[in-house]
Amino acid sequence: MTTQALPDLGEVDYIRAGGGPWSWEWLKTTDHKRIAIMYLLMIVAFFFVAMTLGLLMRAELLKPGTQFLDGAAYNRVLTLHGVIMICLFIIPSIPAIFGNFALPIMVGANDVSFPRLNLASWYFYVAGAVLALWSVGAGGVDTGWTFYVPYSGNTDANVVLPMLAAFLLGWSSILTGLNMITTVHRLRAPTMGWRQMPLFVWGIYATSWIAVLATPVVGITLVLVLFEKFFGVGIFNASMGGDPILFQHMFWIYSHPAVYIMVLPAMAVVSEIVPVFSQKRIFGYRFIAVSSIAIAAIGSLVWAHHMFTSGMADEGRIIFSFLTFFVSVPSAVKIFNWLATMYKGSIRIELPMLFAFAFMFLFSIGGFTGLQQAALSVDIHIHDTSFIVAHFHYTMFGGTGTMFFGALYYWWPKMFGRMYNKTLGMIGFVLFFVGFNTLYFPLFIAGLKGMPRRYQDYLAEYQGYHELSTYGSWIIATGLILLVLNLIGCMRWAKWWGSDAETNPWNAASLDWRVPSPPPVHQFHEEPIITDGPYDYDIPHLGDDDSKAAPAEVQA
Amino acid sequence: MSNAAAHDDHHAHYGVPGYDPVAWKMGMWLFLFTELLLFGAVFIAYAVYLETYTWHFTVGSAQLSIPIGTFNTLVLLTSSLTMALSIAALQRGKKELSIKLLDMTVACAGLFCVVKAFEWGAKFEHGIYPGSEHLLAMARGEQMFFGLYFTMTGIHALHVIIGAALILWVRARIKSGAVSTERITFLDNIGLYWHLVDLIWIFLFPLIYLVA
Amino acid sequence: MSHTQDHADEPHLIPYGTYIGIWLALCMLTLVTVGVSYADMRHMTIIVALLIACAKSTLVVLWFMHVKFENRAIWWFLIATILTYVTFVILTFADYSFR
Ligand code: HEM
Repeated sequence: MTTQALPDLGEVDYIRAGGGPWSWEWLKTTDHKRIAIMYLLMIVAFFFVAMTLGLLMRAELLKPGTQFLDGAAYNRVLTLHGVIMICLFIIPSIPAIFGNFALPIMVGANDVSFPRLNLASWYFYVAGAVLALWSVGAGGVDTGWTFYVPYSGNTDANVVLPMLAAFLLGWSSILTGLNMITTVHRLRAPTMGWRQMPLFVWGIYATSWIAVLATPVVGITLVLVLFEKFFGVGIFNASMGGDPILFQHMFWIYSHPAVYIMVLPAMAVVSEIVPVFSQKRIFGYRFIAVSSIAIAAIGSLVWAHHMFTSGMADEGRIIFSFLTFFVSVPSAVKIFNWLATMYKGSIRIELPMLFAFAFMFLFSIGGFTGLQQAALSVDIHIHDTSFIVAHFHYTMFGGTGTMFFGALYYWWPKMFGRMYNKTLGMIGFVLFFVGFNTLYFPLFIAGLKGMPRRYQDYLAEYQGYHELSTYGSWIIATGLILLVLNLIGCMRWAKWWGSDAETNPWNAASLDWRVPSPPPVHQFHEEPIITDGPYDYDIPHLGDDDSKAAPAEVQA
Repeated sequence: MSNAAAHDDHHAHYGVPGYDPVAWKMGMWLFLFTELLLFGAVFIAYAVYLETYTWHFTVGSAQLSIPIGTFNTLVLLTSSLTMALSIAALQRGKKELSIKLLDMTVACAGLFCVVKAFEWGAKFEHGIYPGSEHLLAMARGEQMFFGLYFTMTGIHALHVIIGAALILWVRARIKSGAVSTERITFLDNIGLYWHLVDLIWIFLFPLIYLVA
Repeated sequence: MSHTQDHADEPHLIPYGTYIGIWLALCMLTLVTVGVSYADMRHMTIIVALLIACAKSTLVVLWFMHVKFENRAIWWFLIATILTYVTFVILTFADYSFR
């Protein structure tokens, strides 16, 4: 076993050091672990805000006709929900929190390459968040989270604020990405080769590249829309010779790769969790690592599949439809590798593992329905129906959202040195899983039958699906509240339940589980010497044929 | 290629991210990529409309002065040279020379902006500015050409101004000794930024002035 | 596994003259591109102009920006970025060139 802990020097941990948990020092910190916690607070808070908005919409949709949100109000709630969930929750979630917290430790570094820049990107995030909230105060925005022109150019609503917000949040994620890439290149322990990096690191690395290369495109696109508003330069304005579809192209050149910014980190967390809870070396390390890069690359080629009904040239649509099918290949490679990792492993059913299972199930549904939409003829039929709503919630929420909670449940003992109550977590998880499917599955069927998306009213024949879906939203909300309550209640200052966490409660092999829980400010005083792979679990009773399956590249 | 990074520099105080020139440069390059893609996106828009309105773009471009554009190109190229020389000078320990060359760079940046301002001013006088009646009365393709002209040169000029400000900052730091032959990366990075500004102009110039 | 990167930390001293030579080349190319634009080549004009611009930017990147002497990682970064951008352009025209 390679999981000896580093000696605990009895140093004060990063939470208690520097003024303790409740001090203003946090706002000036450059410690990657503290910055991660500050992101965590913001992101979870925004998740619950946006979840409440989602619940509001679901409640409105319980019956046909207007309950308490009229059409205009519904559009505003819808946009806010979308913008918060995308820009403030899902994109920064895993990279900013766990990338910051775990990545440096996993590569054997004491911090990221540019600690002050790291803090700056947190402030960018906060500034973006403030602007987004301010836009609510300024009357809200009703464009949908995609800000499509010409509507976003014409509407009276104040779109300037949310666009600036998106711009700032984009910079926040670019700077985090820049930091992660440099950290991996420059601060990786000298003895850790590329093929000894944990797969989480690979995933964040690939994600960071997308963030760096794609985000500027949407940034300038939004700026161009603002130029139209302020200076009358109509780059996308048809009456001035512009092409509104070009906006869609430029928007999706970023925003489609952005869905891989969302899901790659989630897959990376699954790749960490599955081998740990199977106590088995990951199957096909190299394939998983390469498939992260492949997803990042191929994912940049398929953006226009969001625009099949927008009026592109037929040839263009065929090309993009064709390309889209390819993205599924590297994702499938990962799923098969995880399954093969579990095969003959000694599987322990703990909460993180359950979340990983849920990810595989939900994301597969999201992925397969994605393939259906990639087919041009099918998409013409289901575009802009609630089928799409179900599809992207299955991928983003069922995929990344699930693994966000999975990652919380996996790293919580390391982050705060406290283990949560597993029974309570189990109840929360079951409610989450059941609620999720009740909430979104009916929307697939309603969509196929013609229920459009972004509608506040509907024909009576859809009522059954909507009712079911709304009940589901109540179940999942209960589950999510329990899940988070469980984490809060086990903290050191609350101690309503739970116990102190050991250094390595999961018996994991990567570096992050060798430092004390919670880690001291300087986790490494000496250079950690890496002699083995991050997933080298010896399982003698499995006999020889298992060691043959071991990938050759991770030997000492 | 496995140990791509050279790690030797942080053995003494393990893992404390200190002065690591390679990391700084890497970070700067990553930042430059974001700038490249940002301008690149506008170039995509330009290409699309050039294809759609080829004739109108020719007409629009013919209204710009090639001599002025060429002059400004040469000014920027010269500023790139003085920037590169300034770094070379500081590498050789010639602080005074380095500062002088930086001054010349800033002077070129200023000259560029002044010329640009006159160019814009002349257009304004002819009633060509974003949203003007004269412009709105033109053919759509020409409107688009001038829209892109103002957008692209405007964003570029903004970068020139930011670049000049950064150069003044690094100049102060060289003076104070914070940036020196031994710790030169800050100057290196500002240099990279400045060359990027030049690089973008290298593409802007033929696209805007020479399609006639 | 090359060890060239280890030397990346030490500045590579390029003679002043080299820079001046590069600058002269850049100015020449600028004049060439202007001269060529007066020749009537129809749609080739823009292609020639872009080719010259690429040549100029290669000079700037390799010499002024020192990429020629930079460590391997930067090369790969640059190649990846350029490829990404070129793909964006090509795929956008997968739509526009058929309209
Ligand atoms: C309890 C959790 C959630 C509930 C109840 C919920 C509910 C909804 C509802 C009812 C809609 C409107 C559908 C329509 O009328 O077209 C919607 C849209 C949307 N949701 Fe959620 N959602 C939840 C979580 C999430 C999460 C976690 C994400 C992202 C990761 C997300 C992203 C979006 C987006 C992007 C839209 C589209 C907004 C637009 O059309 O502009 N949602 N959601």
